[in-house]
Amino acid sequence: MSPVVDIRNLSASAGAQPILRDVSLSVNAGEVMALVGESGAGKSTIAKAVLGILPAGIKVSRGEILFEGTDLLRLAPSKLRELLGVRIALIPQDPLTSLNPSRRIGDQLTDGLRLRAGLSRGDAKARALKLLNDVHIRDPERVLTRYPHELSGGMRQRVLIAQAFSLNPHVIIADEPTTALDVTVQKQVLRLIRDMQREHKATLLFVTHDLGVVAQICDRMTVLYGGKVLEQGATADILSNPSHPYTRALLAASPRYDKPDQSLKPVPDSLIAELRRELSA
Amino acid sequence: MLIEARNISLDVPDMGHQVLIGQRRTLRILKNVSISIAKGETVGLVGESGSGKTSLGRTLLRLYEPSEGTLTFDGQDITHASAAELKPLRRRMQMIFQDPQSSLNPRHTIRAIIATALKLHGLDASDKAIAAILDRVGLPATAMSRYPHQMSGGQRQRVGIARAIALKPDFVVADEIVSGLDVSTQAQVLDLLQGLRAEMGLALAFISHDLSVVRHLCERVVIMRAGEIVEEGRTADVFKAPKTEFTRTLIDSIPLPEVRPGWLG
Repeated sequence: MSPVVDIRNLSASAGAQPILRDVSLSVNAGEVMALVGESGAGKSTIAKAVLGILPAGIKVSRGEILFEGTDLLRLAPSKLRELLGVRIALIPQDPLTSLNPSRRIGDQLTDGLRLRAGLSRGDAKARALKLLNDVHIRDPERVLTRYPHELSGGMRQRVLIAQAFSLNPHVIIADEPTTALDVTVQKQVLRLIRDMQREHKATLLFVTHDLGVVAQICDRMTVLYGGKVLEQGATADILSNPSHPYTRALLAASPRYDKPDQSLKPVPDSLIAELRRELSA
Repeated sequence: MLIEARNISLDVPDMGHQVLIGQRRTLRILKNVSISIAKGETVGLVGESGSGKTSLGRTLLRLYEPSEGTLTFDGQDITHASAAELKPLRRRMQMIFQDPQSSLNPRHTIRAIIATALKLHGLDASDKAIAAILDRVGLPATAMSRYPHQMSGGQRQRVGIARAIALKPDFVVADEIVSGLDVSTQAQVLDLLQGLRAEMGLALAFISHDLSVVRHLCERVVIMRAGEIVEEGRTADVFKAPKTEFTRTLIDSIPLPEVRPGWLG
């Protein structure tokens, strides 16, 4: 089976500063892949590269991003626009800034359905209602007429999940989608993303810094540091038996309520120094 | 007890209630809350957004005036104390904020930020004194001439801690101070906090939504919901045998970094 997303030797930099260093990763159909790392690891940059929304200062210097065999980096802008938002969709981190504050939920949700899928106003509304129903929003009729600020954080994130899945994308990129949520809401939203992903048979790239979230939702994981892939494999294998010292250090730094006697150890300076040496080599 | 709140309630104007003339309705955001913290003790204030944990923290510092109940600090009733009466106590009660990016003046150097706090209370604000304080939180003396934006998130949070401990307080409220940090930086800041607590005998109110962090740092924990305390006790006991369904749900909702099939349901 050929991978749905196949990133090959991707390097990018901001001026002289390398941001991604020879990143390769492939995700098969229906698989959930985690991109894990601390701030500056490059996990969001990879997500943005796939979505074609790299910040102006960051340039790809080498590599390919194959989506179902097509290199997104070399695709004509008009062809790329046909894919983005339709075949490749995003669940963003911050549901408040990602929704237009001055437009009703219904209008924002039906935009894509009308403009991209060509549905009539009535059909788009019917589809939007079904989508809100799918993401377990009670009273979807009422929510369609609301503005973003009138909804709770969890509700807003559900709306964005509905929007992401609205055009039946093959690939969903979730960029820290539960970081801003309370733990109880996080659990519900994770379950929802997992259920929607399975139902739509979508491939999911899940960007997060939380190894707990990775453990519960991702089949495979890629550990990044300084724009470089350090370790890649099945989540269960890596978390139970991490082979890279950095992955072990991340686990040792993460507090666990079930292991209160385990003292928290920051990633050792010596390891950081070694990683930096390897990066500059 | 260093700080003691008895049956505290806090009312705020209900901004959702439109009025032309007269008084707005009030909303009770803390309801009959009692809590006490001894010298050297760390109490976790835990709850989801809107639970009142931050409002309680700020009320304990008398940044908010309780609508009902009594608040004492070191035996002194400060429930309705005036700003002038509170002034001599201000040095002894400090706050560390969640977001050092917005709680440190971007146009001031680290030297100015810490010196201002010291001068306000008539303390030694020499470079030597500031360097000693920075050293205590693990920052080099060269950090003095830097601006907040020139530092990493972890370093900025250390400056926030330095500003609070510069005044040698007895009581510190730390409001979500590690929630924006990477786990490794979080471990460093928690370690720093533990060291300072032991060394200075701080009473610490640690506001957090992260029960795993609270389990590691706090001897006692207070679980809040909708302005009320739903459960409190020794952290070990609360985690071992939560008395309320709410606490149990909160704990069970934390994803652990090991694959647990069926956890998501």
